[in-house]
Amino acid sequence: MTIVMVTDMVTSMVTYKNVVEATIDIIREAETQLPDDVIDALKSATQNESSDVAISQIDAILKNIEIASNNNIPLCQDTGILIFYVEIGRELKLDIDLKGAILEASRIATQEVPLRPNAVHPITRSNSNDNTGDGIPDIKYDFVEGDQLKITVAPKGAGSENMSALKMMNPTELKDIRKFIFETVLNAGGRPCPPIIVGVGIGGSFDKAARLAKAALLRKVTDMNDEEKGILKDINSLGIGPMGLGGDTTALAVHLATSYCHTASLPVAINIQCWANRHASVVLGGDE
Amino acid sequence: MEYHLSTPLKKEDIEGLNAGDIVYISGKVLTARDEAHARILELKEEGKELPFSLEGAAIYHCGPLMQQTDGTWRVVAAGPTTSDRMSKMTPVLLENFNVRVLIGKGGMNNVADAMKEKCVYLAYTGGCAALASGSIKNVPAVHWLDLGMPEAVWELEVHEFGPLIVGIDTKGEDLFTSIKEKARSSFLKL
Repeated sequence: MTIVMVTDMVTSMVTYKNVVEATIDIIREAETQLPDDVIDALKSATQNESSDVAISQIDAILKNIEIASNNNIPLCQDTGILIFYVEIGRELKLDIDLKGAILEASRIATQEVPLRPNAVHPITRSNSNDNTGDGIPDIKYDFVEGDQLKITVAPKGAGSENMSALKMMNPTELKDIRKFIFETVLNAGGRPCPPIIVGVGIGGSFDKAARLAKAALLRKVTDMNDEEKGILKDINSLGIGPMGLGGDTTALAVHLATSYCHTASLPVAINIQCWANRHASVVLGGDE
Repeated sequence: MEYHLSTPLKKEDIEGLNAGDIVYISGKVLTARDEAHARILELKEEGKELPFSLEGAAIYHCGPLMQQTDGTWRVVAAGPTTSDRMSKMTPVLLENFNVRVLIGKGGMNNVADAMKEKCVYLAYTGGCAALASGSIKNVPAVHWLDLGMPEAVWELEVHEFGPLIVGIDTKGEDLFTSIKEKARSSFLKL
């Protein structure tokens, strides 16, 4: 028992090399293994489905998850662009090139996992071939309590990202937020690879709302309050179904996230996530 | 109904398929997405030959993840991409080439008329790239690699590739559109 606890608590020191290696590991994990809560949600969806075509689609997804995990290959050929969330403990002494380490890990992972080279220049469309480029990967930094470094990677595919939406609503249009969510899901139809997970950012600013929506996708699928469950139920009543082929499972979860905003503003962002809600984390440091 | 088809395909091979049927394909499929579609149409416009044949072909909307070892390409993961991005270019493609099958995900908009008596749209479960790679046996050729790995045209030799659901048949029946229409009327009741 003591040994297990000690093993659990031992973490690597925050060195450049350790950050590179740990980051490669979480990229591989995220690309090849889906978190258990998503798998469980898909499994329970098959129990509640009335459409045979829908069941065939979810069965194919579950089979795909198993093959990817067993063979250690990416779940989806769209290995996404890499989004990183870095939480830095404010007591941690950080004297390494953290961004450089994450970029290097992304390049190595592109070769080793492997990942599809997805990063292109927005205008010339020329491919950097290593999933890095100006502003890519997207790394978000935050300071937290403690003396550790937590890195989370969430590869984001384009199919679902392209179906996302943002609206600067009027503050008096609060009751139209639900309508905006339903319209966005309806417009997306089968294109974002349903069953989807819907992240909604309400408040903040133009960009903050989008960041809230994206970070909400990291929450556990089952972590929903009554309001979120109600919106989920209504989305599933649309009958779009897995892959837009009809059925009761259009979405697995709805996650709302809010932030204070300007008294004259009501920004609402909806970030759509495909069933492959890939993310993995690692914690370094805190052992000195 | 379940069908097992082999490429190259004739019009007769696909005429009996109805929206909702299940299909498995063996033979050769060619991947093509945004940039490849644009180049095919560009070359056609200029009266130039394509480096591959689209006669009786199955086009797969897919940007695969490939790996090259000792000069040989192998598929790591190759699921379908969102077909709708090719919706605008597809009618012109079908006017000029006898493509019989389009494989992709999510359905397409305003192509059912252009596909009548010519071509079917088959839906493969989106994101199932690891599953798909199991039925891809060989990579005989790659064209236009200058477009980048996802956008190049990859010739894939497949065996019993599927299950594919007929999304749009040769009679103009479009499963995705009818489901979307039903969803729209449910939305209005919310």
